[in-house]
Amino acid sequence: MNHNDVSDLRATRDGFGESLCEIAKSNDNIIGLCADLTESTRMDAFAHQFPKRFFNVGIAEQHMVGMAVGLSLEGYVPFVATYGVFLGRAWDQIRVSVCLGKANVKLVGSHAGVTVGADGASAQALEDIALFRVLPHMVIVCPCDVVEAKKATIALAEMVGPAYLRLSREKTPVVTRKNTPFVLGRAETLKNGKDVSIIACGTMVSSALDAALLLAKEQIDVGVVNMHTISPIDKAAIIDAAKHTHAIVVAEEHQALGGLGGAVAEVLALHCPTPMEQVAVQHTFGESGTAEELLVQYKLTSHDIVRAVKRVLRRKTKE
Amino acid sequence: MSHTIQDIEKIALTIREDIVRMLLAAGSGHSAGSLGLADVFAALYFGVLRIDPKKPWWEDRDRLLLSNGHVCPVWYATLAEAGYFAKDLLLTLRKLGSPLQGHPVIHALPGVENSSGSLGQGLSVACGMALAGLLKKKKYHVYCVMGDGEQQEGQVWEAYWFAGTHRISNLTVIIDRNNIQSEGYTEDIAPLEPLREKLEAFGWHVMEIDGHNVESIMNSCREARAILEKPVAIIAHTIAGKDVQFMEGDFRWHAKPPNKEQAMEALKELRTLKGKISYES
Repeated sequence: MNHNDVSDLRATRDGFGESLCEIAKSNDNIIGLCADLTESTRMDAFAHQFPKRFFNVGIAEQHMVGMAVGLSLEGYVPFVATYGVFLGRAWDQIRVSVCLGKANVKLVGSHAGVTVGADGASAQALEDIALFRVLPHMVIVCPCDVVEAKKATIALAEMVGPAYLRLSREKTPVVTRKNTPFVLGRAETLKNGKDVSIIACGTMVSSALDAALLLAKEQIDVGVVNMHTISPIDKAAIIDAAKHTHAIVVAEEHQALGGLGGAVAEVLALHCPTPMEQVAVQHTFGESGTAEELLVQYKLTSHDIVRAVKRVLRRKTKE
Repeated sequence: MSHTIQDIEKIALTIREDIVRMLLAAGSGHSAGSLGLADVFAALYFGVLRIDPKKPWWEDRDRLLLSNGHVCPVWYATLAEAGYFAKDLLLTLRKLGSPLQGHPVIHALPGVENSSGSLGQGLSVACGMALAGLLKKKKYHVYCVMGDGEQQEGQVWEAYWFAGTHRISNLTVIIDRNNIQSEGYTEDIAPLEPLREKLEAFGWHVMEIDGHNVESIMNSCREARAILEKPVAIIAHTIAGKDVQFMEGDFRWHAKPPNKEQAMEALKELRTLKGKISYES
């Protein structure tokens, strides 16, 4: 599929905000908690439409998460929103009060990745997937565009149990359509290819599709898999891709350690050892800049994916 | 079924004996705080809470959460005494496969309303349950038992702030003010005083009671229900290790179980107290 025919640019956080309002219209149990970042996380529309079901708890993430657990135990479905980095402040609360008891709490972390831009290192969530991926029972979804973010929000409201929704601040290309399938835990193959499979999540999915187009000009045929659910990871899709192309590139706006790349590497190493390259942040912090500058600086562009594909192709023929 | 104060004092003694036996069988665990809270737990479960142990998750029950989960032997012993589960389970405390985990795990046993063990989290969960009750116009009341050392956790003050400013009036906190924590006395490590004034400044109605006086515990908890403009904090002054003389007031018994000899001595002491526990002092 060529995504350029859907040229609209929108942020995944917008999809979350719109979807939350939609769901809340028919589900009285949806409740919103935010740690004073209502507009930034796009919970503001919900806050205006459902003021009795919204609480700005103040800048108090640990309490916010704990209170969400209490509300969930009484039948509410709390969506808890702040920046992805700040959910890290409540990691122990998420571990003991949320995950240990499988509480039906939906954590929403916006401002993931370096595309946060000018706010710099402290605001750019680059470790969140790793932090939450190790927690038993936690579902992690990182939608690739605004359309998928809407579907993900609905899916998380419907499932019972802890979940983390990872969102971006920056407007990015819309690469899926309303009728593109979305099933939690099932990866979506956006493009088939025979030489290399790119497995990506979030904003990097559109870059992966761009890279596929660039590579096609050089007669390199790559597939693109949208791994929107990072936990539980779709093992079968990873193994299928590896068996089909025998070379994998993983692309994500996250540290190379512990994120989607880590998850894919674990599956490959255990089930189907395959040459793999990563396009990710290399164990360093971000900094201030525009989103575009930072993607270049941290080697997270479609051109970086192209280079990774060529590297893994060389390894594939050698090995 | 209503219990007299004397009944409840006797129940507290039975709970203390159970705690000693449980800790001896477990070979590890927290003696001082568990024994110190026996009167509070007996008063709550036998004189305050609107509960039905046969229907532990009855929708309109009062909720009791334990935030300082390390004192769970007192919770488990009280729940068993109240009929939530068979008393013979008590001696499985901390053993592999037992629902009586070293620190409570939510829903592992009937009546266990929250997970704890990492301090400072229970009040926020209680606050969410209480807020839900207000939103749904339910009549239940939420009680949260906390340690005093636990007040050093920042999250606790986030929760006080929220409950105070949002007037979560169906929430009552009982702080076990026994002055000890793992490595010493609270006022030597990170002083809490003036605790009452701090809580009042956060918008709470505060009472201070003798945490071993069953009648005071029951009266203050009932009064707390009637205070509708603010959440209530009851500072229960207790003696760590209460009724086992060699443990009383000594922080070194915070995280230690008795050995066999010590347990026998403790049980002997507790038994000789029987019949003269009516706070004549």
